[in-house]
Amino acid sequence: MNDFMLTLFLPLIVLAAGILISALAFAEEPVPPSIAQSILDLGDTNRELQEESVFALEKSGDPDVLPVLEALRGGNLNIWMEADGKRRIVMSGDAVDLEDGTQVLPLFEAYGGKPILDAQGKQIQVIEENLEGIRLGRRMRIKLTPMLDRLRLFSREAAIRESAATKVGLTGFAEALPILEQALNKEKNPWVRSALEEALGLIQLSDENPSIRKKAAENLGRIHALNAVAMLEERIQANDAGESEETDIAVKAAITEAIQKIEAWSVWTRTVETIFSGISLSSILLLVALGLAITFGLMGVINMAHGELMMLGAYATYIIQEFFVAYMPSDVRDLYFILAIPLAFGIAALFGLLLEKFIIRKLYGRPLETLLATWGISLVLQQGVRQIFGAANVDVASPAWLSGGLRVANGIQFPYNRLFIIALSIMSVLSVYLLVLRSPIGLKIRAVTQNRQMSACMGITTERVDAWTFALGAGLAGMAGAALTLIGNVGPDLGQNYIVDSFLVVVTGGVGKIAGTVGAAFGIGGINKILEPGLGAIYAKVAILLIVILFLQKKPSGLFPAKGRNIDL
Amino acid sequence: MNLLPPSDSVFYLSNFNLNTAGKYMAYAILALGIDLLWGYTGILSLGQGIFFGLGAYCMGMHLMLSIGGDGAYQSDLPDFMVWNQVKTLPLFWKPFSSFTFSMIAVVAVPACVALVFGFLTFRSRIKGVYFSIITQALALTFWLLFNQNSLNLGGTNGLTDFKKILGYPLGEISTQRALFVITGICLILSFILCRWITNSCLGKVLIAIRDNEGRIRFSGYSASRYKLFVFVISAALAGLAGALYVPQVGIITPGQIGVLPSIEMIVWVAVGGRGTLVGALLGAIGVNWARSFLTSNYPDLWLYFLGALFIGVVLYFPKGMWEVSGKLKKVLRSRFKKKRLKEKQLV
Repeated sequence: MNDFMLTLFLPLIVLAAGILISALAFAEEPVPPSIAQSILDLGDTNRELQEESVFALEKSGDPDVLPVLEALRGGNLNIWMEADGKRRIVMSGDAVDLEDGTQVLPLFEAYGGKPILDAQGKQIQVIEENLEGIRLGRRMRIKLTPMLDRLRLFSREAAIRESAATKVGLTGFAEALPILEQALNKEKNPWVRSALEEALGLIQLSDENPSIRKKAAENLGRIHALNAVAMLEERIQANDAGESEETDIAVKAAITEAIQKIEAWSVWTRTVETIFSGISLSSILLLVALGLAITFGLMGVINMAHGELMMLGAYATYIIQEFFVAYMPSDVRDLYFILAIPLAFGIAALFGLLLEKFIIRKLYGRPLETLLATWGISLVLQQGVRQIFGAANVDVASPAWLSGGLRVANGIQFPYNRLFIIALSIMSVLSVYLLVLRSPIGLKIRAVTQNRQMSACMGITTERVDAWTFALGAGLAGMAGAALTLIGNVGPDLGQNYIVDSFLVVVTGGVGKIAGTVGAAFGIGGINKILEPGLGAIYAKVAILLIVILFLQKKPSGLFPAKGRNIDL
Repeated sequence: MNLLPPSDSVFYLSNFNLNTAGKYMAYAILALGIDLLWGYTGILSLGQGIFFGLGAYCMGMHLMLSIGGDGAYQSDLPDFMVWNQVKTLPLFWKPFSSFTFSMIAVVAVPACVALVFGFLTFRSRIKGVYFSIITQALALTFWLLFNQNSLNLGGTNGLTDFKKILGYPLGEISTQRALFVITGICLILSFILCRWITNSCLGKVLIAIRDNEGRIRFSGYSASRYKLFVFVISAALAGLAGALYVPQVGIITPGQIGVLPSIEMIVWVAVGGRGTLVGALLGAIGVNWARSFLTSNYPDLWLYFLGALFIGVVLYFPKGMWEVSGKLKKVLRSRFKKKRLKEKQLV
């Protein structure tokens, strides 16, 4: 379990280090004097001087002028008279309501965006009347929008650069070519480079020179520009008179080839995506079914409240999130999730322990009765949660460090939250495997599973083993619930949506074998994702059930049946 | 139904009570089937709602078609099809305009589904909790399917707004009374059928399967055939119950046949007492009465009550209330006897 904790805290350490480094990076940077002058001139009443300074700012090529011009466009750039009568250009933030009802605006530096502090080190807030908003002339406002797009090509953020490149490419103005080339020469990030090349190619497709057009088409095919397919097809599409926009035969051939290349690539990306979503669904099923495999497989207990234990885990995550939002500083807020997973495990395990002690213990050897009693428990838990938290879904925000995804190639992105769940389920299976098959506790669990009386004779406290095994299964359910907050809604019905599927996984896998559960989870998840595009989600589910029933014809005890001579197996 | 005008006329109120009683009796027929299956043969099916639903939908389709052009859109098609822009009546709807066919279908369709499903599962010796889980998955699947608009069965809203049955308007008290009487007769006949099955040699084999299936197999009986038979009978009874339910309640939706309703049906039998038939019958009526009472007076408490019922019955009264009342009777009788004995001795 030590390794487990280390893996949990590793991201925490990395994150803390990241915050430190970025804080250092924001250390004082002097404003270049020419830019400072241009910014000051923005507030001038002379329209010509104003325009000149806007162009000067654009020409400077400094990535930090982008926020200034964005603020100018959004109407957040203001002239502010300091106490000593000095004119200063500042950015205003979102209005804040004070206790006495007045609205004030916090002030930020125009260049660099740092809060403006007073002598006591508090951010200065002023009422709106003390600021004079800077307005541009109509002509300039129209020019500003494309200018901002061009400036974004040089932003510090790769994502902004990339989306700007795509946008510039789709507008298709030949005037943008030089600046795109300039950006391409400076660019290091491969994804932004490919977006820039795509933009260049799209614009060059309408060039006058056929050889440039041909080159552009070849380039687009080479970088698998998925956005370009529509434009490429449009160029060779024949109209009613049998003429297409593209007249040159060589260019036409190049375009056709490029389209083929891109389409072949998109088939490939779709395949990869299907495989990934299959693995992702399988890992979710596995995570959900693992706890069941323990309670059902090892103890023979049908726990219909398993889904509700998951729900408890999800709500525990919600509570921890709310706690962090209320009491923790905002920069550590996203760490709540790291705490939530072990806590959800603990809460569900504790609940499982109580459940075992007061209800399930009395029903050992009567599986159908256990099924009904645990269903009753699930109803009570659902209704309880509904009354405490309301029937509507609660809002659990995924932590920022799990948003976004890992890009492996153009058009293929693996979301971090899915990757996290895959990693979590692999880790859980490994720990359960080690615990059950490689530890003294696991030895006892297996002994009790095989022969209860004999184990008792050998001095194993079978009641305690039962209780801890059940608690382990319940805890795994809670952890699965916490993980599910990343990808689904958190509501009182959360458990119901997964319970039938996870039971199918356990039944298909065969009782008492972790390998069977893993195999069944991947089989069902994979087949589901393969069928889904053709059949739709609902009919895919129907097909899965039919496949499971037919599969059980062949192998009535699941993938890996327990060996034995008992006729009831 | 709460929208009915509160009685300035006694008419509506009595009609409502009549309907409710008829509904409970339909449920009782279904409970008899479950008791035969679970109480006597030991097979816990968590998918009885499917068969109930199949019967109900067959009946509902017939009632929808007998509306004719009286619907909201004056079309020969049912209203929801007009709404979903279906132009012609789907093929599988057509035979349901015949009353005779529909009456056969309400029993035959669920029985056939049970036959196929039961054949596949019993043949591969899926039993015990495995069977329960598979039937529950089946209930979920059917629920998902019936919710689909593309199936042309009304989607989430189900089938409703029925107007008349065999030309008699459903709103009339006399029609409702007739339906009530028919339901009562069906209940009595079903009870006799079940009693006849349990008292016959067949019934003994069923009980033997429940108690030790392996032994029955080794004695030369084909346990799976017996199980299949009783599964089909219980499905047919559920379908009959569904068909009687629909004209009295006036609506059938996927929500009434999914996973939760299916397992609720089990609790009726568990509370009443499985393996007794009478217990199942009374359990269905009693639990449903409690449900109506609680959901209208304390809507938040119903699920707690249902949950507690599941847990309590299983933990403390595994044989149900029927047995409890039997014990009470015995206790009282023996006390009474003792008293009389004492009196005699005194004399």
